[in-house]
Amino acid sequence: MRPVTVIRGQMAPLPRANVDTDQIIPKQFLKRVERSGFGPFLFWDWAQDAEGELDPRFILNRHDYARATVLVSGPNFGSGSSREHAPWALEDRGFLAIIAPSFADIFRDNCHNIGLLPVVLTNDEVGHLTNLAADPANEVVIDLASQTVVAGDFTASFDIDPAVKHRLLNGLDAIALTLRHADEIADFEHTRPGWKPSLAAVPSTGY
Amino acid sequence: MLVVPMETPRTLFEKIWDDHIVRSDDDGTALLFVDLHLVHEVTSPQAFEALQIAGRSVHRPDLTLATIDHGVPTANRELGILDPLSKKQIDTLIANCARTGIELFDIDDPRSGIVHVIGPEQGLTQPGTTIVCGDSHTATHGAFGALAFGIGTSQVEHVLATQTLPQRKPKSMSVTIDGRLPNGVTPKDVILGIIARIGFNGGGGHVIEYRGSVFEEMSMEGRMTVCNMSIEAGARAGLIAPDETTFAYLLGRPYAPTGNDWDTAVEYWRTLHTDTGASFDAQVVIDAADLAPYVSWGTNPSQTIRVTETVPDPASFDDPLDRDAAERALAYMDLEAGTPITDIGVDVVFLGSCTNARIEDLRAAAAIVAGRQVADGVRALVVPGSGLVKLQAEEEGLDRIFLDSGFEWRDAGCSMCLGMNPDILQPGERCASTSNRNFEGRQGRDGRTHLVSPAMAAAAAVEGHFVNLQEWS
Repeated sequence: MRPVTVIRGQMAPLPRANVDTDQIIPKQFLKRVERSGFGPFLFWDWAQDAEGELDPRFILNRHDYARATVLVSGPNFGSGSSREHAPWALEDRGFLAIIAPSFADIFRDNCHNIGLLPVVLTNDEVGHLTNLAADPANEVVIDLASQTVVAGDFTASFDIDPAVKHRLLNGLDAIALTLRHADEIADFEHTRPGWKPSLAAVPSTGY
Repeated sequence: MLVVPMETPRTLFEKIWDDHIVRSDDDGTALLFVDLHLVHEVTSPQAFEALQIAGRSVHRPDLTLATIDHGVPTANRELGILDPLSKKQIDTLIANCARTGIELFDIDDPRSGIVHVIGPEQGLTQPGTTIVCGDSHTATHGAFGALAFGIGTSQVEHVLATQTLPQRKPKSMSVTIDGRLPNGVTPKDVILGIIARIGFNGGGGHVIEYRGSVFEEMSMEGRMTVCNMSIEAGARAGLIAPDETTFAYLLGRPYAPTGNDWDTAVEYWRTLHTDTGASFDAQVVIDAADLAPYVSWGTNPSQTIRVTETVPDPASFDDPLDRDAAERALAYMDLEAGTPITDIGVDVVFLGSCTNARIEDLRAAAAIVAGRQVADGVRALVVPGSGLVKLQAEEEGLDRIFLDSGFEWRDAGCSMCLGMNPDILQPGERCASTSNRNFEGRQGRDGRTHLVSPAMAAAAAVEGHFVNLQEWS
């Protein structure tokens, strides 16, 4: 994973509560087995009308927001399904961070795992940034090391799990970190009772 | 004076958590062992591919079970899978399982079905275990007192490679409901009522334990319905303490312990309850008598109201974001504030999903429609949760009841809950659905979903509009 350090770029405002993963990427695009290429399907039903024409009013269809790398949205962003395709689509579209008053738990974990930075600020702070984002000329700087968000005169700080911060700053592979403890996993497995569920067991009945 | 060392009282959640810690880091992260990893075709292909690219193997295929549920057709299966993308995705899972030694319940296996139906059915979902799956409704398995939660594809890869997950301990919440449920109030209504009360993210960051006489008296199927929708309140997981009802459900299931192992397991399972004096980070208490049959009116599951009420006025919401969300929801749902819920007509009735496609759900709906006909102009379908649920329902004659009433009787799968297979709503269609999400476009672009219980859905099929079950006969 590429390290996440300082993110500098244009903000796109999407001031809605409870943006769910079905909106971020609808189900018909989850059939692909590839890891990349989900960007064109981002917010599909909001970006296009029923005839497939791009809606020019939708913020991400506006040419003056084509450079946006930071999405500013409402509370409970990423609610709903566990589909990692949602952060993949945001990442593929060029987003590096999302700022919102709160995130759904699984979505936030998924973002952490791919190096897309979810930043939690207060309602008032997000409201302030949403207003700033209304001018596409305004930029924001998110510094993970100092846990700060700066946009013009606006400054705010945010919390992040220290373990996640360390992993993101250094671009570390979570699986490799866990595999360093393979001995401890093996020790745990030796103590696991034999009656615990296992597909290796012979089923006691046909069904 | 003799000092007796006392163990610190712990919640059910804490006991399961503590029993699965492989190691703890100074930064507060715990490495948790995963007892059972359930895999399906949609959220696994990229995990298998990444694993292969990194030269890693599946660490515990014996603790992994795969099924095919999201993309399968539920009718005309003899034609095969006609959607080329779904076909490729399903073939990819079959190949990945064959290559890595993971057991797969293939489409023609009667044990196949929705991932959250088959785990319990096979006796693999057991009290005190940790269960993960690349699917947010994994919380279903919490009905057995298992710590079960949904994960993303990177975490699927992590579990395949290590059988563990690094996790920060969530907070705990208790939702206690005592008393007697009013007539017509089902487990689905209980969880819809809870979500309406605590909100769409009211359980965010928490594991919910459902406590009180209502849950103690509930069947396993009902408990699964409740725990299933924990995620619709934003919770990491939902839990109900195992008891005699749990043990009776598990006894004799294919992968449940047998003989002495059964006795040892039950002895352990009996310790899995919240100790007196243990504390929760948040507590919610609801009186059973306050619950009613519910219908969702909006585009998230907390936008839900009693069937006796009217569509709410967005102006009645204090929070401007809630008001805006209500306005957007009413526009999308094509509903006017003040409309009685029982005046809302339906075009489609969907009885299915990991929330409500088990045998009891089918029985409850069949009891309503027996001897009656689906209303003119309404399309109604039953999609059993698994091949085994379908077989059992056919043994009980439920298929005849549904078919004679004008329902379609389908094969098992996720189907119209999310419409990844051919079962979708057409634009503008309104659906009474026993599923779990009423998001915009969830069941098909511009389709309108109302979440209800199986009995409420069945009654809506017969009348062509929602009815108050408490008065309907």
